[in-house]
Amino acid sequence: MTARVVLPGLLRDLADGAAELPVELGGETALGEVLDLAFEPWPILASRVRDERGQIRRHVNVFVDGEDAKRADGVQTAVTPSSTVHVINAVSGG
Amino acid sequence: MGNMGETVVGIGTRKGLWLARSEDRQTWRVEGPHFLMSEVLTVLFDTRTDPTRLLVGFRSSHWGPSLQHSDDLGATWVEHPEGSIRFPEDTDTALKATWQLVADPHDPAVVWAGTEPQGLWRSADRGETFELNRGLWEHPHRPEWGEGFGGGAIHTVLPNPADAEHMLVAMSTGGVYNTRDGGASWNPGNTGIHAYFQPHDEWPEFGQCVHKVVRDSGTPTRLYAQNHKGVYRSDDDGVTWTSIEAGLPTNFGMTAVAHPSQGDTMWLVPIASDGERIPPAAELQVQRTDDAGATWRTQHEGLPSPSYTNVLRDAACLDTNLDEPGLYLGTRNGEVYASIDGGDSFARIAEQLPDVLCVRAVTLS
Repeated sequence: MTARVVLPGLLRDLADGAAELPVELGGETALGEVLDLAFEPWPILASRVRDERGQIRRHVNVFVDGEDAKRADGVQTAVTPSSTVHVINAVSGG
Repeated sequence: MGNMGETVVGIGTRKGLWLARSEDRQTWRVEGPHFLMSEVLTVLFDTRTDPTRLLVGFRSSHWGPSLQHSDDLGATWVEHPEGSIRFPEDTDTALKATWQLVADPHDPAVVWAGTEPQGLWRSADRGETFELNRGLWEHPHRPEWGEGFGGGAIHTVLPNPADAEHMLVAMSTGGVYNTRDGGASWNPGNTGIHAYFQPHDEWPEFGQCVHKVVRDSGTPTRLYAQNHKGVYRSDDDGVTWTSIEAGLPTNFGMTAVAHPSQGDTMWLVPIASDGERIPPAAELQVQRTDDAGATWRTQHEGLPSPSYTNVLRDAACLDTNLDEPGLYLGTRNGEVYASIDGGDSFARIAEQLPDVLCVRAVTLS
C-alpha cells in the first residue's frame, strides 16, 4: 500500500510542484525512514524539514494520521502503509 | 573616480535580501526581495574571478539555514543539493546559521565561513561546499564559550593578507582566537580586553564579548575591535590590545569598518550604552579616526536626528571603489545610508525595509 506525505504549499516548488509524495510501504515503518523515502529525489526539500542530524526542525510540524509526531515518538513514530503524513509550517513567526 | 562601474549594495534584512544598484552612487534603484521571510545574516561579493559571485547565507525560522550563490547578481540562484555547510555526523550538531562569509586573500577558490554554533569552515570551491575546521571545533575552551543575544557564532573571520598561516576569528562571548599554523591550532588573543561582566576575573584569557574586529589596510598586523563596552587596537595581529576609546562619545557599539586602502583610518557607529541601545544623544552618527584611534571626529550630516535606531554588527561596510570608497550603513528600522565622501555626508538610498542585519557593497569595474 501507499502512504502519502502531504507537503505545505511553501515547499511544493522543491518537489517540482507536487502537493503530495506517495511512499510504498510493506508494513509499519518509522516516520524518519518514510521521510527519507519520500524526499530521496529532493534533498533540498529534505533539508527544509529536518536538520543534518535527522531531527524535525523546531518550527516544522509533522502529523501522522492527525497526531503530532513531536508529541509522539518523533522520527520513530510509526507510519502504516495507509497513513497520511502532513508536513506543516508551524504557526510561528513575526 | 576613473572608470567606475555599477555599484551594488547587498542589503540583508530580517525578512530577505534587497539589492540597491547605482551607476553613480547617487541615484539608486532597489531590487528585491530575494529569500523573502528569511533572515539574511551574511553577504559576500566575491570579485576575485569574473563574473562576480554573490554568496548569501540566510535562515528561515521554519525551514532552517541555507547558503546560495548567484553568478549573475541575483537573476538566478544556486543551492547545493546536499547543503553547502553540514556538520559532520560525529559532531552530533546541526547548523543553525551562517553568520559570516569571507573571501580568502591568498587563494581565489577559497571562501571562509563562520557559523552558529561556533564553527569555522573552509571552502575550496568558491563557496559551494565547506569543510569544518577541526582545530577550532575541538578547542578545549569550547564548553565555556557563551551565546550573545543573537546566539553563539563565529561572527568575524579575518585572514591575514600578508601571511596565509595567520587568521583571526571572533565570537560573542568567547573573544578573539588566532591561528599561526593555517588553522591547525588556535590560541585566545584577548590580553588587554576588559570583561567587566565577569566579576570573578575581569581580565580573563577568554570569554570577552567582542562585537566586531577589522584589519587595518596599511598595516596588516594592526586590528581594531569594537567590544561590548570597549574599543581597542592591536598592533601584534590580535594577541594584545590597547584601549583607544578616549575621545569617543561612548565605548559601546556593534560594528566597525576599516578603510580599504588608507591605513590608520576606520569608522565606528557608537551606541549610547548596553542599557540604552540608541545613538548617543539620539543622534545617529559615525566616529572616524585617521590616526589609528588616537583621535576621533563625529560625522553625522545627512543622518537622522533625533534617531532611536542603531546599526548592527555587519550592517556597515565600504564598497570596492578604492579611489573614494562608499560607506554604507543599514539601520534596524530598515533604512540604508550611503556616503561617497568618507562619511562627511550621507544620503538615504533605501527605506521601508525590514530591520537591516548586514550590508555589503561592490563597485564593479
